[in-house]
This record gives sequence, structure tokens and C-alpha cells, in this order.
Amino acid sequence: MIHVRVNGQSHDLGPEVDPEMPILWVLRDLLSLTGTKYGCGQALCGACTVRIDDEVVRSCVTPIRRADGRSITTIEGLSPDGNHPLQRAWIDLDVPQCGFCQAGQIMTAAALLSKKPHPTDAEIDQSLGGNLCRCGTYNRIRAAVKKASEEAP
Amino acid sequence: MSESAAPSASSRELPRPADDLRAPETFDAIADPSARSVALFIEASRVITSPRCLNCHPADDSPRQGDDHVMHDPPVSRGPADQGVTALECTSCHQDKNGELARIPGAPKWHLAPKAMAWLGKTVPEICEQVKDPARNGGRSLAKLVDHAEHDELVAWGWHPGADRKPAPGDQERFGALVAAWVKTGAQCPTKTEEPPR
Repeated sequence: MIHVRVNGQSHDLGPEVDPEMPILWVLRDLLSLTGTKYGCGQALCGACTVRIDDEVVRSCVTPIRRADGRSITTIEGLSPDGNHPLQRAWIDLDVPQCGFCQAGQIMTAAALLSKKPHPTDAEIDQSLGGNLCRCGTYNRIRAAVKKASEEAP
Repeated sequence: MSESAAPSASSRELPRPADDLRAPETFDAIADPSARSVALFIEASRVITSPRCLNCHPADDSPRQGDDHVMHDPPVSRGPADQGVTALECTSCHQDKNGELARIPGAPKWHLAPKAMAWLGKTVPEICEQVKDPARNGGRSLAKLVDHAEHDELVAWGWHPGADRKPAPGDQERFGALVAAWVKTGAQCPTKTEEPPR
């Protein structure tokens, strides 16, 4: 049986859960956490990005067994009240257009800022290079990451 | 090959003939040990120059894909430790085994070879000199080089690439035997004139 913590809450997944089941479907179908989106199913777009401990993963292709005994963080768990510096910057700059990719963008950006509190434009572009936005909000995404980074000491 | 060490073979892998990499004994008829050593390396280089190996031995920062070595899509970069950059690491997408439905290749410790170990764009003689040089082969002695060829799990992936990717010639056991025989015969390298057409 697989045991995971998701956004701080423990879950013992039943024996009927296939260890190869992608994390995305555990989140969405079993735990009703639908903030993480299904985009391509092939790790090509980044919409499904979540974190396992400090690792950033594409949940659509990552089997749940990889998270056994570990902690998953999704967009719902990024902050208790939507007050993460990235979330505030996203609102301040009206970053989303359709919004479908934004959970993945923010989760990737949060991982970047946790390890590099003051990234350069090039570092932002490189780290978010696997997160596609079909509305083309890339300039606002980069600006919001920069804005959030200004709050770091 | 140790089946437990290799990524699981996909039922969708292309069939491969068992004898498409010649065994070391094939070269026993070459009396001169140096010439035999050169011939053994040239045969082993059929694996080394396979797209499955070359694509993750680039001289620049991007891995390659496919048999024509196109740039990796989505765009990624090798990062400071050859494992990707912060928040976009190789293992953000690549798992410890091939993903059949998504067709994503996977094996334990998926990463790029360091730049010092770049093979893409180099000739077989150049690669030969490089793999003997501890400064450009990951600090390996010749004995460790043989062990790497025989047992490394990421090397093993080359024969079990999954999806519709063409495997490296032969199998890991035979490749390891060729490298071992090459070392045993003095680890001689071909010269430019001896390089076979590719």
C-alpha cells in the first residue's frame, strides 16, 4: 500500500491503487484535487507540474510509487490562503489569460524561487522552458516571477 | 545482460537480430594484438555511435532526440551537474523506466554525460582516445571502463529504449565483452585512416 502526504495531509492509498498510476490521476480522481491540470499526458507542456518534496515532476507521467512515503505539494497547498508571493504577483499583474497552464507555471516558479530567490531573466526562461502557455502570457509570467522575487531577502 | 538491471523491455520495441554485433572471438584470426585491439574497438564503436548513446553525449547544453539527433523538445539545458536546471531537471519527466503510454524514455539516474565526455560530432578515433583518458571518461580506469560497459544501468537502456526507438546493436553482454577484449589487447585506438564509414 502506498502512503503519501498531499499538501500536509496523510493518505493511505488502498491496495486497489496501481503503483504505476500517474500522480495526476491520484490527485484529480481519487483525492478530488483538480487544480493540477491534464494538458498533454506526455510531459511536454508542464500543466500538471507538482512537487514531491523538493523535486519538480510532471505528474501526468510520474507513477505514484515515486511519491511513496514522501510529500506532494500541489497548487492547492502552495499557501494556506492564496497568499504566496507568486500568487499575489500573479493577481497584481493579471498574468493568466485562459488560465489552464497557470498552476503548472506557478508550481515551477515556486520551486525555482525556493532554490534561487533572485533568478535572472535567463534563469526564469530556462527553468520555465518546459511550461507552455498557448495564450502566450510568457512576458507577464516572467514579470510576475521577478516581482515575487523582490520580496525575498 | 542482467535482466533485473535493465529497464523492462517494451512489447512495442522493434525486433533486433541477436548477431548484429560481432563477438570478440570473431577477431581471433587477427594475429597482431594491436590490429586485433583496433578491430575490437571499431566493432564496439557501433554501439558507442548509436543514436541511443550519442544523443546524451553532446558537446553543448542540449540533449538530442531521434536517429537524426534533433534538439530535445521541450527545450532543456544540462545545468551545473548535467542533470538539468533548477525546477526542470531530467528526472522531472524521465522516470526510472520507459513510459510506454507517453513514450518517454527512462532508466535509473537519467542524466547527460558531462561535456568532457562529449561524443556527438567526433570521429571513432577521437572517441577512442577520449574513453581511455580518465580526464575525459569520468575518472575511470580501464578496468572500471569495462565494468561500466558491462553493468551500468543507464548504458543498459541503449538496448531497451522503448517505444519505436531503434536499439543499439547487439546486447550489453556482447558490448561488455568487446570492451573487455579491447582492453585486454592493449586498448589500441584506430587512426583516422582506419575509421570505417558511418
